[in-house]
Amino acid sequence: MSNSKLAQVPSNALIPERDLDKTPVLETHHLGINFGGLKAVDDFNLTVGRTEIAGLIGPNGAGKTTIFNLLTKVYQPTTGTILLDGKDTAGMSTVQVNKAGIARTFQNIRLFSALSVEDNVKIGLHNEIHCGMWSDIFRLPRHWRSEKIAHERALELLSIFHMEDMANAQAGSLPYGAQRRLEIVRALATNPSILLLDEPAAGMNPSETSELMDNIRKIRDTFQIAVLLIEHDMNLVMGICEGICVVNFGRIIAKGDPDEIKNNPDVIEAYLGKKGAK
Amino acid sequence: MAFLSNLISGISLGSVYAIIALGYTMVYGIAKMLNFAHGDVIMVGAYMCFCAMNYWGLPPLAGILLAIIICTLLGIVIEKLAYKPLRAATSLAVLITAIGVSYFLQNAALLIFKADPKVFPSVVTLPNLRLFDGSLIISATSIITVIVSAIIMVALTLFVSRSKTGKAMRAVSEDKEAAQLMGINVNGTISVTFAIGSGLAAIAGVLLCSAYPTLMPTTGSMPGIKAFTAAVFGGIGSIPGAMLGGILLGVIEILGKAYISTELSDAIVFAVLIIVLLIKPTGLLGRKINEKV
Amino acid sequence: MKKLSKNAKSNAVTYAIVIVFYIVMQILSGSGTLSSSLTGQLIPICVYICMAVSLNLTVGILGELSLGHAGFMSVGAFTGVIVAMSLQASVASGPIRLVLAMVVGAVMAAIVGVLVGVPVLRLRGDYLAIVTLAFGEIIKNILNNLYVAYDAEGLHIRLLTAISKSELAEGGFMIINGPQGATGITKLSTFTAGFLLMLFTLFVVLNLIQSRSGRAIMSIRDNRIAAESVGINVTKYKLMAFVVSAALAGMAGALYAMNFTGVAAKKFDFNTSILVLVFVVLGGMGNIRGSIIAAAILYVLPELLRAVNDYRMLFYAIVLIVVMLVTNNPTLKNGVNAVWTALKGVFVKTVPVPEEGGESDE
Repeated sequence: MSNSKLAQVPSNALIPERDLDKTPVLETHHLGINFGGLKAVDDFNLTVGRTEIAGLIGPNGAGKTTIFNLLTKVYQPTTGTILLDGKDTAGMSTVQVNKAGIARTFQNIRLFSALSVEDNVKIGLHNEIHCGMWSDIFRLPRHWRSEKIAHERALELLSIFHMEDMANAQAGSLPYGAQRRLEIVRALATNPSILLLDEPAAGMNPSETSELMDNIRKIRDTFQIAVLLIEHDMNLVMGICEGICVVNFGRIIAKGDPDEIKNNPDVIEAYLGKKGAK
Repeated sequence: MAFLSNLISGISLGSVYAIIALGYTMVYGIAKMLNFAHGDVIMVGAYMCFCAMNYWGLPPLAGILLAIIICTLLGIVIEKLAYKPLRAATSLAVLITAIGVSYFLQNAALLIFKADPKVFPSVVTLPNLRLFDGSLIISATSIITVIVSAIIMVALTLFVSRSKTGKAMRAVSEDKEAAQLMGINVNGTISVTFAIGSGLAAIAGVLLCSAYPTLMPTTGSMPGIKAFTAAVFGGIGSIPGAMLGGILLGVIEILGKAYISTELSDAIVFAVLIIVLLIKPTGLLGRKINEKV
Repeated sequence: MKKLSKNAKSNAVTYAIVIVFYIVMQILSGSGTLSSSLTGQLIPICVYICMAVSLNLTVGILGELSLGHAGFMSVGAFTGVIVAMSLQASVASGPIRLVLAMVVGAVMAAIVGVLVGVPVLRLRGDYLAIVTLAFGEIIKNILNNLYVAYDAEGLHIRLLTAISKSELAEGGFMIINGPQGATGITKLSTFTAGFLLMLFTLFVVLNLIQSRSGRAIMSIRDNRIAAESVGINVTKYKLMAFVVSAALAGMAGALYAMNFTGVAAKKFDFNTSILVLVFVVLGGMGNIRGSIIAAAILYVLPELLRAVNDYRMLFYAIVLIVVMLVTNNPTLKNGVNAVWTALKGVFVKTVPVPEEGGESDE
């Protein structure tokens, strides 16, 4: 269990105390997007510390996945700025923000399902290994070198979730939970500084979920990266997140540590309706 | 005067493209697929009408009616046998199947009617219109073509906006699942769409061959592809777009032939398609569709 | 010794099929067992196998439908003819001229591939397919109106207006004459050249697929959005697959043209593109070995069965539809799989006693 306290940074945001002297890995200012006049996300301000595990929660349709799509530039924001390691990502594409350090998983799993588990991870390693088309076609020494590195790194990453044995299996044929884990491994392979997980525990049973929680912590500790996750499983969110941000109707309604969020009347109302607030 | 004459033949050819484009655009709007075989349904319609008039001695109107009936049935059969089983498949699979259907129709026609071109007798027997002491001659076929396509256009717009089936078509095109939940017979609606599109293709086939009387098994493929271009040009899924795109494309083709190069006229038409898709992939009157992540 | 990987084994089988095919055909034609019509088809078979393998790179591996593959073939063919005929005087060796023709043909097809690919690959799905078709038609249209001649002053290239013999210097000759196409080609292609081209095409395509670049290409096919999310430059790898595919088609085109005394642009029309697509679809999209076998069988079959030659195209059409329905409709797919498993069961049982089960029937 993390017992870190949240502390205020100059922008009034809260991050874990241990991350205070470092640039926040992710900062958004007044982020928003309109879909044909509808403000799907509005004035979204979030700061994530360098090694923080942060949670993004809210009722269905609150705009959580849209926020992920904005951060990864699947959608270009209508307003506001996103700072990654203090650098503005305006005008960047999905590919560029990934190279700059954001990796993600998807709510509806998006694996390269016809390819092997190992190939899925190797594709994640794409920008970590260097080998051009000609070296590949004519099997120059560089090809063999980079393939060897890719193979070793892929197995190493798979071992986080004890998936080395499945390396040759077809990704699409894996059980649901394993597919979710593979997506996380693939995202990690891109060597991110922040990992965005979209409902990582969806469809997992309680024992799988608790293993996942351990693994998320392990990933943070080993790679010293931040994790921002969307999740409906409150045990997971309250169990591992240090800072939690609650959104409803595209706007932030509360921010704080798990205890603050649990007792926040606005949050209870958003989840349970007015009557539940009593 | 030569320009005016070219313009009129352009509008006339464009009207035919427009009728064909309507079929593409409706099917694309509702089934979200490019019915590559649509052009070949035109050819089938023209052959039917040709047979009715030449071999069976029927009057032109009966020939047209027969062509419409046969093509409507053909459209429904194609949809049921080839496309319906692939509702859930990738667009690549559906497109390849559609190409297979197109190829099948062409080669079946080749076996039945042989490769030699037939001379199609015009179904329009009215005299040509002579203006300015005969310096501008407008063929009756041109006039009828434009009038017929205008009528079809109005009728179809009314049908889609007013009738119950038309409303169902619009609902299915917006959201198949939601329409199903509202009690709309999605498969039936898609069948009706194919039926209407194919019936229109028969009319287009007869009009096309009345203006350009060479009838071959491949007669439909080029106009088919060009009409698809027109549908994209106007904005795929949009009925007025198909009309506008068709007429513009017909005019561009005829003027290109007259003033740029006869040999390269096809290249010019395809260049229009490419330019439109690159600059405004949604076409002149189309809507943007966002991909869901 | 490291154990051979699954890929390496599979590749070895694929190369072996091509090598065995070559050796068997050489023996058969050497001993005169092969009919003259079939001997004449050997080079086209090689060409169409290369076409199918290269198209599979775009359709099966990249997952985008290209309907203009014959266009790249024609660019390679015409470029190859121009190179080979212009070098007739300066390069005496036929094989060297053929290689030069094929290399320049491939480069030219690659250049056209880039010109076509850059705008086309921004589009998706059906639009992309229809635009490749449009480009294929534009290429055919332009080549149909291309006039090229060669004389002491060098190459004369004109569009639309014919070049007459009287305009050329002494000893000059026409290479490409508009709709008539290229005429008076010296036949340079050999079956061995076709065999080597097949090996080269396989080498390029298999090595590309089983590498970092190939994985990136396949990731786009499987899930474009996920590919972008892990930093794959979608445009770059789409273009790579498309251009490599075009270059290989150009090479095959050059070999094809150099097998005849004359070749016209209309030979490389939409029907040719579809023919190659049928090979790819029947062989299995993404299955390189399947493309080879399908191309060889489907190309030869109608030649062997003259009587059904009229039905050849109809047969291809039905193959396309049926294969697509069976592989993409869940109900049909399961049905076929069930039948297949049942057949396999029967087959496996008969394996220990092949002489009784297999041959006594005949």
